[in-house]
Amino acid sequence: MTDSQTATPQGASDAVIDVRDVHYAIDGRPIFSGLDIVARRGLITAVMGPSGTGKTTLLRLITGQIDADSGLVSVFGRDVGTLRRPQLYAMRQRMGMLFQNGALLTDIDVFENVAFPVREHTDLPEPLIRKLVLTKLEAVGLRGAAHLMPGELSGGMARRVALARAIVMDPEVLIYDEPFVGLDPISLGVILRLVKQMNDALKITSVVVSHDVQEISSIADYSYLLSEGRVVASGTPAELARSDSPTVRQFMTGGAEGPVRFHYPAADYAAELMESPR
Amino acid sequence: MRANRSLEIGTGLFVLLGLAALLFLSMQLPANGLKFGFTKTAGYPVTAQFDNIGSLKVGAPVRMAGVRIGAVTRIDFDTNTERAKVWLSINPRFNQIPMDSSASIDTEGLLGGQYISISPGGMPTYLKAGSQIIQTQSALVLENLINKFFATTANKSASQSSGGGTKEPQK
Amino acid sequence: MSAASKAGVTELLRKTGLTGLFFVRLLGACIPALARPKLIIAQIYNAGARSLIIIMLSGLFTGMVLGLQGYDLLNRFGATEALGTAAAMALLKELGPVLTALLFAGRAGTALTSEIGLMRATDQLTAMEVMAVDPMRYVAAPRFLGGLIAVPLLTAVFNLIGLYGAQLIGVQLLGVDHGTFWSQTQSAVALKDVTEGIVKSIVFGAVVSLIAVNEGYHAEPTAEGVGLATTRTVVASSVMTLLLDYILTAAFM
Ligand SMILES: Nc1ncnc2c1ncn2[C@@H]1O[C@H](COP(=O)(O)OP(=O)(O)O)[C@@H](O)[C@H]1O
Ligand SMILES: [Mg+2]
Repeated sequence: MTDSQTATPQGASDAVIDVRDVHYAIDGRPIFSGLDIVARRGLITAVMGPSGTGKTTLLRLITGQIDADSGLVSVFGRDVGTLRRPQLYAMRQRMGMLFQNGALLTDIDVFENVAFPVREHTDLPEPLIRKLVLTKLEAVGLRGAAHLMPGELSGGMARRVALARAIVMDPEVLIYDEPFVGLDPISLGVILRLVKQMNDALKITSVVVSHDVQEISSIADYSYLLSEGRVVASGTPAELARSDSPTVRQFMTGGAEGPVRFHYPAADYAAELMESPR
Repeated sequence: MRANRSLEIGTGLFVLLGLAALLFLSMQLPANGLKFGFTKTAGYPVTAQFDNIGSLKVGAPVRMAGVRIGAVTRIDFDTNTERAKVWLSINPRFNQIPMDSSASIDTEGLLGGQYISISPGGMPTYLKAGSQIIQTQSALVLENLINKFFATTANKSASQSSGGGTKEPQK
Repeated sequence: MSAASKAGVTELLRKTGLTGLFFVRLLGACIPALARPKLIIAQIYNAGARSLIIIMLSGLFTGMVLGLQGYDLLNRFGATEALGTAAAMALLKELGPVLTALLFAGRAGTALTSEIGLMRATDQLTAMEVMAVDPMRYVAAPRFLGGLIAVPLLTAVFNLIGLYGAQLIGVQLLGVDHGTFWSQTQSAVALKDVTEGIVKSIVFGAVVSLIAVNEGYHAEPTAEGVGLATTRTVVASSVMTLLLDYILTAAFM
């Protein structure tokens, strides 16, 4: 087993998640070609990039759902790719993940959803489970919704319940996949503050994947900008905001023209227009 | 948890129903299955002994002049007389069957099953619970008939031998 | 062989192989799943108890049709006493297991596929994975076991009600003697005939449940994908049921 905590290019011993020179392809189409990302203990690390760059894929690599073709993905100092199933599950119990649409289990109510990991992984007595679940629901402001079914929740509420579920086992790492997408401004603000709070109060290491540059920049300690399978820029949000790299500028300001192609790869426009139909 | 309880009860009912059906099919239905022996008997029991019952089965009807008056409830072999003993259950509506009536085993149709036919006698006393029908005639076994037929034609014996069953007064 | 049909055969082989591998994984997950009877009970309820009404109705009408058709046919030979036997044999050995499996595929199999497919599409299965809960163990295995247990029980209910339906028509309506009906049936039906039906129903239950769970588990995570998977469940279950029925019948001869 490789000990990732030594001789990391990016350095330090406080790296909880360390992704190094990762290559990954789906059906021969490269998604990552030499990706390097580090998430440090107790910090909020943002991973930004346009849709389809492989942000969700990165999270799948980190949680060990898929294995990299080459390179190293290490979490808590262990190479995820070499973990056997029990070790992988042990690792996942130390992590919490918030899915884009919450991914609540639809056949049980809010309370049972939050209680689910506790019931599955511990033998705690019922009163203790109750206390634990209500505490976490209170933290996301939804203690009153404990008896509702997931179908009765709004998008923002579902995501907050999912957040309560993600933190119920007191994870060391919290991973968020597009936590702000599709939320009204108020819900968005609530989630944003919760992400920050979780990080500050519980000293949780956070990785937030998002393409909402403004929102994520307001709380991130360190940001990575992904494009075409690799990191094109990284730094504190302030550093990125000051960057004069055209790629960074395009992404931060949302322009269609620039190094990041807006067009899907295609044959020459004029040539195709002139072509006779097959 | 209310919902959980009713779900468990519903499942329990379903499983019990299914198991009961399964048990009935595998134990009560086949002739060689394990029987609990709870054939419904809403009549008075009468017995009769036969030399040969052929393929008579429990449940076969008992008829008088073609009308169903009861059913066969039990068949056993009597080791004393070395004959088949058949228990009949007769509907109590038919309580005036003369004591000297005779019972024969007949066949329904060409391929049909066998049943017991009762021909009334003339005595003024009637069969009652526990009575025995003395006069019986055994089943006609088709194979025996055919064998005998061929045997007699082969021997060119002039007189035709009697069929399978003969009237056989007992005691 | 044309290139297209060759590709079709290869694809079919691949799918069969994938299903087979899934089956092995599923069996592996069934052992620990047995320690969670509550999950299995919930699935027996979903797959079995909730299919009971349709099974009972279908059984009754199947039996009644058998009564009418059987009587009509046997009457030509003057052998209407054999009606019970004919109906019982047809139900126990063929119609009961096969029709129950087909109805189960349509009623419970499709529900299983779309339920699991939707769990896949809404990331619920992935969420379990990430929460270190094996969805094979928590979702797939209890549903498979529930179906496996429910189908033989449903078949038995179908047979019994079917027999009652045949009796209703033959005895009550067409005048076959009640005692003859049952005594002939009992004398003709052997334990082997009943066992044949039970073995068939267990095999069908396993196959239909496997197909339903597999299609749901591997459905493309979109609304359209789940719809297609549901259709495939019905088609594959029906074809496999009839194919296996032939094989099993031949094996029992
Ligand atoms: N199972 C899959 N099969 C084929 N292509 C996939 C699959 N999953 C993801 N992709 C492709 O990989 C790329 C990255 O996807 P994803 O990680 O979901 O992007 P993001 O989360 O950044 O929007 C996309 O182009 C997507 O089409
Ligand atoms: Mg994504």
